[in-house]
Amino acid sequence: MTGVTLRNVRKQFGSLQTIHGVSFDVEPGEFVVFVGPSGCGKSTLLRMIAGLEDISGGEIGIGGRVVNEVEPADRGTAMVFQTYALYPHMTVAENLSFGLRMNKNPQADTERRVAEAARILQIEPLLTRKPKALSGGQRQRVAIGRAIVREPQVFLFDEPLSNLDAELRVQMRVEISRLHSELGATMIYVTHDQTEAMTMADRIVVLRAGRIEQIGAPLELYDNPANQFVAGFIGSPRMNFFAAESQGGGRFRLPQQGGAEIALSLTSPPAPGAMAVVGVRPEHFVEAGAGACDLSLTVDVAEHLGATSYLYANTKAGEPVVAQRAAAREASAGDRISVAIPSDRALAFAADGARIY
Amino acid sequence: MTRSGSRRFRQILLHAVLGPLALLWILPLWIMVVFATMPSNAIFSPNLNLIPGDRFMENFRELQAATGFTRTLLVSIVVATVSTALSVMLTSMAGWALVRYRFKGRAMVIALIFGTMTLPYFVVVIPQFIMVARDFGLSNTWFALIVPPLFNSLGVLFMRQSFSMMPHELFDAAQVEGVKEWQIFTRIALPLAKPTLAALSIILFLASWNNYLWPLLISNQPEMMTAPVALGTLIGFTRVSWGAIMAGAVLMTLPMIVVFIYLQRFFMSGITAGAVK
Repeated sequence: MTGVTLRNVRKQFGSLQTIHGVSFDVEPGEFVVFVGPSGCGKSTLLRMIAGLEDISGGEIGIGGRVVNEVEPADRGTAMVFQTYALYPHMTVAENLSFGLRMNKNPQADTERRVAEAARILQIEPLLTRKPKALSGGQRQRVAIGRAIVREPQVFLFDEPLSNLDAELRVQMRVEISRLHSELGATMIYVTHDQTEAMTMADRIVVLRAGRIEQIGAPLELYDNPANQFVAGFIGSPRMNFFAAESQGGGRFRLPQQGGAEIALSLTSPPAPGAMAVVGVRPEHFVEAGAGACDLSLTVDVAEHLGATSYLYANTKAGEPVVAQRAAAREASAGDRISVAIPSDRALAFAADGARIY
Repeated sequence: MTRSGSRRFRQILLHAVLGPLALLWILPLWIMVVFATMPSNAIFSPNLNLIPGDRFMENFRELQAATGFTRTLLVSIVVATVSTALSVMLTSMAGWALVRYRFKGRAMVIALIFGTMTLPYFVVVIPQFIMVARDFGLSNTWFALIVPPLFNSLGVLFMRQSFSMMPHELFDAAQVEGVKEWQIFTRIALPLAKPTLAALSIILFLASWNNYLWPLLISNQPEMMTAPVALGTLIGFTRVSWGAIMAGAVLMTLPMIVVFIYLQRFFMSGITAGAVK
């Protein structure tokens, strides 16, 4: 198995730098997900690993070999595209075997690989069909099959599930995870959907504006975000943030919440008077009176999912808050509720977004 | 009026307008066929009817005797077929290069190519004639008939547009699979460009088939004469053989109809359906 190494990788389009010296290692057999908002450079980074984009600086290594100047086909990678990129005038079997045939791979071996990929993805009955006769999910399977037949060292996925409906997306997510454990290959997966990232990744690389914000296991990012951006991006619904002012010693005043105070256990608390942000995940609110700081909320929209409810509410000052409550099946728009911020679950961030520990 | 009733009414209205228009378009062709079957003097008779006569073979024999028309037709077929094939090949390769490759001065090259479209043909034809006939001494050769009109900026524009509309992920996918650039062009891009290639082929074939001025200038010997030039020789100062000319025009129209019927099946759109999304 093969790992991927990025060392100070940069990308420049004219005077515009889109990737700013990115460095990290993907371990052999690891499933790494690049996640970030649109335009953060995650697809560009993937295309640079694939060799479809030149790199402006730094070094990309695959299997211990620097591949900066190596042709895409010789990097030992295979790529699955968001738009499937199936050749519309070829049958599924021809799509799967096209690259091998063009490279004069022995016919018997090509047929074996196509049959094996079709078996793994359960697309044997579709082999004689053309892409237009396939559903979205089937097309995506064929696109993955085309990557499998190359028997690559590294699989690259560029938002492969974005065009599928919600149900199919969940199904394909499971299938790709199963494929990863079956093939044991290194996989790098790009998505803007943090749920995909959380459910599939061994490790997540969070990107923003061409820079890595944090790398870590999904729950590590969830529990210990390095900054306000990661805290807000990972987790759905997103973390609630409240403007705060340091009172020193880990105590914060929330000026928008009628001057309520909350004390957090911090090893390096900011100086008194410093502006900060207190973050609380929707599921971490507790009953009023049971936490460090009570909030009065007016429910705007209530989403009841059965096991739990999401209450989209506003504070008195009009700040939006999302609270997840297990016992709120009766809540509806216009209701007034009170919740409390628990001091042991709330996180603090400096005015520049950096986490305060 | 119900929804289906209103749709039906629109259909009837559409056919009522389009039907007479279609007849109007066919009328000149029909008159050509009628004239090809009449003696020349009957064409200008005040009692002209639109029913074909029985003089086609006589008119054809007169045409053949005066011009050796079957040979000129053969020359035209060879010139039009070869120049269309070569021109489609060259323009599609140029279009592909302009879409796929980023190089210094690319915008300038594109501007120059399309700038040639603004030049009237008559500005080009005299220097072209001087170069080919006088400087190279290539009058009355296949080369002179076929090669000079080959480069066609409209064709480059057509093909560039067609390739740039294709999802670039198709080519990226092939590139990652180790497919050579030439194979990507011939195995993916060209098959997907079939409707454009068909339309372009008809335009280029028609342009070559109907080309009069250049063959008239560059070939003056009977064995290298094309059909339009041959028909032109029938227009004399004192006598014009309208029957023979129209018989030749009918024979010249037939190959175009064959080409169109053959290529129109490629016009259907949606060939890229299922490629992406």
